[in-house]
Amino acid sequence: MNQMTPITTTLKDWETDQEVRWCPGCGDYAILKAVQRTLPQLGADPANTVFISGIGCSSRFPYYMETYGFHTIHGRAPAVATGVKLANPDLDVWLVTGDGDGLSIGGNHMLHVLRRNVNMQIMLFNNEIYGLTKGQASPTSRIGTRSPSTPVGSFDRPVNPCAFALGAGARFVARGFDVSKHLPDVLIAAHAHQGAAFIEIFQNCIVYNKDVFDGFAAPKGAEDKQLWLKQGEPMLFAGGAQGIALDRDGLCLKVVDVVAKEDGTPDWESAGVIVHDVTNRSIAHMLVEMPFGAFPMALGVLYDDPRPTFETAVAEERAKSTAGKKPDLAKLLGSGQTWTVNADEGHPA
Amino acid sequence: MATKAKAELPEGASPQQPDAVPEAVPEAVPEAVVVRFAGDSGDGMQLTGGQFTLSTALAGNDLATFPDFPAEIRAPQGTLFGVSAFQINFGSTEIDTAGDAPDVLVAMNPAALKTNVGALKPGGLIIADTGEFNRRNLDKAKYETSPLEDGSLAKWQVLAFDISAQTIEAVKPFGLGNKEALRSKNMWTLGLALWMFDRPREPIHQWLRAKFKARPELADANIAALDAGHAYGETAELSGPLRQTHLPPVPTDPGLYRTITGAEAVSLGLVAGAQLADLPMFFGGYPITPASAILHHLARLKEYHVTTFQAEDEIAAICSAIGASYAGQLGVTSSSGPGIALKGEAMGLAIMTELPLVIVNSQRGGPSTGLPTKTEQSDLYQAVYGRNGDAPMPVIAARSPSDAFECAIEACRIAVEYMTPVMLLTDGYIANAAEPWKVPDPASYAPFPAQFLGAKNDGEHLLPYKRDNKGARPWIKPGTPGLMHRIGGIEKGQGTGHIDYSPDNHQAMTDARRDKVLGVAVPDQDVCIGAATGRLAVVGWGSTYGPIHQAVRRARAKGLEVSHIHVRHIWPMPGNLGDLLRGFEQVLVPEMNTGQFKTVLRDQFLVDARPLNKTSGQPFTIAELEAAIEEALG
Ligand SMILES: Cc1ncc(C[n+]2csc(CCOP(=O)(O)OP(=O)(O)O)c2C)c(N)n1
Ligand code: SF4
Ligand SMILES: [Mg+2]
Repeated sequence: MNQMTPITTTLKDWETDQEVRWCPGCGDYAILKAVQRTLPQLGADPANTVFISGIGCSSRFPYYMETYGFHTIHGRAPAVATGVKLANPDLDVWLVTGDGDGLSIGGNHMLHVLRRNVNMQIMLFNNEIYGLTKGQASPTSRIGTRSPSTPVGSFDRPVNPCAFALGAGARFVARGFDVSKHLPDVLIAAHAHQGAAFIEIFQNCIVYNKDVFDGFAAPKGAEDKQLWLKQGEPMLFAGGAQGIALDRDGLCLKVVDVVAKEDGTPDWESAGVIVHDVTNRSIAHMLVEMPFGAFPMALGVLYDDPRPTFETAVAEERAKSTAGKKPDLAKLLGSGQTWTVNADEGHPA
Repeated sequence: MATKAKAELPEGASPQQPDAVPEAVPEAVPEAVVVRFAGDSGDGMQLTGGQFTLSTALAGNDLATFPDFPAEIRAPQGTLFGVSAFQINFGSTEIDTAGDAPDVLVAMNPAALKTNVGALKPGGLIIADTGEFNRRNLDKAKYETSPLEDGSLAKWQVLAFDISAQTIEAVKPFGLGNKEALRSKNMWTLGLALWMFDRPREPIHQWLRAKFKARPELADANIAALDAGHAYGETAELSGPLRQTHLPPVPTDPGLYRTITGAEAVSLGLVAGAQLADLPMFFGGYPITPASAILHHLARLKEYHVTTFQAEDEIAAICSAIGASYAGQLGVTSSSGPGIALKGEAMGLAIMTELPLVIVNSQRGGPSTGLPTKTEQSDLYQAVYGRNGDAPMPVIAARSPSDAFECAIEACRIAVEYMTPVMLLTDGYIANAAEPWKVPDPASYAPFPAQFLGAKNDGEHLLPYKRDNKGARPWIKPGTPGLMHRIGGIEKGQGTGHIDYSPDNHQAMTDARRDKVLGVAVPDQDVCIGAATGRLAVVGWGSTYGPIHQAVRRARAKGLEVSHIHVRHIWPMPGNLGDLLRGFEQVLVPEMNTGQFKTVLRDQFLVDARPLNKTSGQPFTIAELEAAIEEALG
């Protein structure tokens, strides 16, 4: 996002007077609070902030933010947001979408907003289900998901949102989950990134797909299955007892056990644990593809390597193609193949 | 179009005509002439036609043109579906259409002859390149014997000679290969056409020099070919059927003129409209024939505060335009039938969020992919009714290439003043056809500067859906301090814009959206020609203007009591239109569809509007309409 004079606000300043209509216990509440807690830390200005969403439970988000907000149509928020950013690049745009909205009906727009690298934060609330339409399987539902439309279990293979984003050319890919205390840090990093910042947020739909992320997101006892990635730090998890190393022969990642040194700190160097480099695209591809279970869930900023944004490219192209040209509508209308008819003759001169 | 004089061009085409010098006998000079250049898509016929058009305009004749090219980009050479044609109608009288039947057909190969000769007037002149009438090309055109030799062209004049060889001979000094040399065939033909109608070569010389600045030898070769074709005319006149014709210029209003296509006119009108609204323009588009030309034109006009965005599909194109309008620019999107269908849901969003937006539909033959390069008016229902929910939207239709300029400005005005999407209808004919245009003075248009809300509009409160006396809500740019609010496609509460599904609110908001659009100020409908009451009104919209106008003019000259009414404002309709139509005994509605406007007129006014329909992908001919008028009054 753009550099602006920081504004002093509190969480309350970002709340609207609208009644929040999600089911009690829905993970969306926690995400809303995390965002409302983060924006004051960013010094963001509500008048300059725009939340743009598609359709779905998640896409109701803008109504609860005391900012500018546009609840658009199913899947098309990236396209609307692209128009907003091209018209006014100074606006700080946050996109809110769901796994159905952003990867099913709007998958094409998601691909293009990422490859174009339009400067905005894209929060994809992944609950692996169509919440608003009462619980059908979504493109991220795991095989075997029972739903009204898949009574004996879904059988189409799910898409991995972060792998999709990287494949589409995203320059920032991060993960978090609704109730995580680290979510604000992920949002802050996304906001600092210039360009399209893709954040997959695992979100608990307690009505239609309850607790499917408990393997790593359960309130208690799942911390050991979380790999929180930090720039420049070794990829350790399970309290430092395990780490991620590169299997150089198989050209893939592997989980290694880490023993403690005499001073009690983990001896990760000997175990070959890799240090996280957010600009390493190859490792990022491997991190997003790690199968959960055998591996922990990679969370935090997985990849962050900015490139010029679409808006700057558009502005540069404009500067190039208009250099030395002055708009003169009368002249423009009278250009091309012209001729003049004189008053006395009534035919061309 | 030729009305009184015989249009057979070459002297001696009709045995009844005296063998005298044509220009000496006024009757022998036609009032107008129709020439069709036809060849393989690789033969450069569109270029030839375009340059002939310019020289015609420079000679002071009124004109109208109609390019007719294949849907395939590079159709196999010599095939029937690879034929590209360009028709021009020009004369010393007012010209409104590209002409019914050509007087002269230039056929560069057998396929071009086969696909076009049927349209040629009896007694008309065929100019054919014998160099291309070999067995291979005859087979490709499915001719068993050469039509140039088997007598099948007896009802026309035929001037057949080896244009290919003539061209190769003419460009010999420039050392080009055979293939490259033959590329100048179109210039040779153009040279001949320039001679036939007494046109100067100099402007074309200049154009060729500019075009081939980087390769002067090609400029020279093409100029040599052009001159050779011209010289051939002079020689042929001495020995054969060819005669020179001079059509005197049409007296016109003094001023600066140019030729303009509908696509150019829409683009310029949008630029002018945005300026009058004091707004930058954002144009979101996705390539589709015949709408792409607008994207291409605007992409070169960035200095006029235009941003063009080639989106990933038509949905993204309109959605990005809606986003830009939301952020305070004039959002515009453009497409053709299939793409307009994709935009439908987003039009509803623009209607619900009451944001200004201009949607240009360059109609083509449908349904589905239909006839991409042919013209039709079959998206009228789609424009007026084609969205989910009660989704009213103003619709205006351009009648000609130059009228598209005025209509584009009008669309911008309505969009901005009423905070609504507006659809502007043109069609494949208007988009591609060119006509002379008296360049308007931009200062002669009344500005309609957009207003943005700067402070709360209800005491302490902001009401994003508070309506003004036109029923329009305020335009509020994100970034404005203190005016944060939310909009969206869910039903909005009156005034507040909060989510509100309550029965009374939806009733009130549906009514408000309808009333706003029905309240759009639309000028009273005028009568183009004829009385305001009478026996027959021919009611048209869009590109049927030219043929209806000429047919009514001719019918009236024969003493028939008929009037021409041409409707620009399709929705809402002019307030006086119902009464006007009721003043006629009969109402005839010619349309290039199966009767869509006729149905809307019947529905709105309970008048007995009768259809006259054509869906061949070709515009109406004047003769077809004249016959219908005579039948109605017969
Ligand atoms: C064009 C269109 N098709 C279908 C729908 C119905 N619809 C609304 S939300 C939704 C799926 C939402 O799922 P997701 O994006 O995962 O959001 P969630 O509710 O789970 O947050 C569907 C299919 C719609 N509103 N518009
Ligand atoms: S259906 Fe699921 S996602 Fe939607 S509000 Fe309820 S719990 Fe949340
Ligand atoms: Mg979902």
